[in-house]
Amino acid sequence: MNFAIELILSLLLLLGGSLILIGSLGLIRLPDVYTRLHAPTKATTLGMGAILIASMLFTLFDQGSLSVQQLLITLFLFISAPLTGHLLAKTAMHQRLKQIDKTKNAELIEVARDREAPNHSSD
Amino acid sequence: MLEISLKIVLVMISIALIMNTYSLVRGPSLPERILSLDTLYINSIGLILIYGIVQASSINFEAALLIAMLGFVSTAALCKYLLRGDIIE
Repeated sequence: MNFAIELILSLLLLLGGSLILIGSLGLIRLPDVYTRLHAPTKATTLGMGAILIASMLFTLFDQGSLSVQQLLITLFLFISAPLTGHLLAKTAMHQRLKQIDKTKNAELIEVARDREAPNHSSD
Repeated sequence: MLEISLKIVLVMISIALIMNTYSLVRGPSLPERILSLDTLYINSIGLILIYGIVQASSINFEAALLIAMLGFVSTAALCKYLLRGDIIE
């Protein structure tokens, strides 16, 4: 493995590690549950993407083949992160957790909580 | 150079895992604990991938794939239980 590939791999790995660390720091430091949802669903997912790209490049240059598993993990993480964030935000609204005072459009939480499932039987 | 950066990233992810465990214990509400568990399994996938690069083997990726699938299913089931009081209606 030559110098340029090692440099690219190291930069991607350090970027991924820093983003994962930032995501976990945001989980501790941010004030309420709705802002805490931002850190792991965005920063950590991007960091995992960088680490998975580095892992794929390493497998490509070390063993000469591209494995399907890493691509599947990337796809699965990138699909499941927004779904998890949406489900957790809905759960937090239904548990009536307090938001911080600076939240804009806080009165819309009541509307979103009381909204019922769409009724398809009347069509 | 790759060995040094691999060690640095392993330390970074370990610190992130300790932070997630602290957030899991602290809470204070149930959705925040579920969020901490979610971040914990995603970070452990990262740790397994880095360990796979250190060992230069591709055996670990299947474990990472399993953790990714089952972790999402468990998070969705926990959220569904808190939302509706039932998982499969």
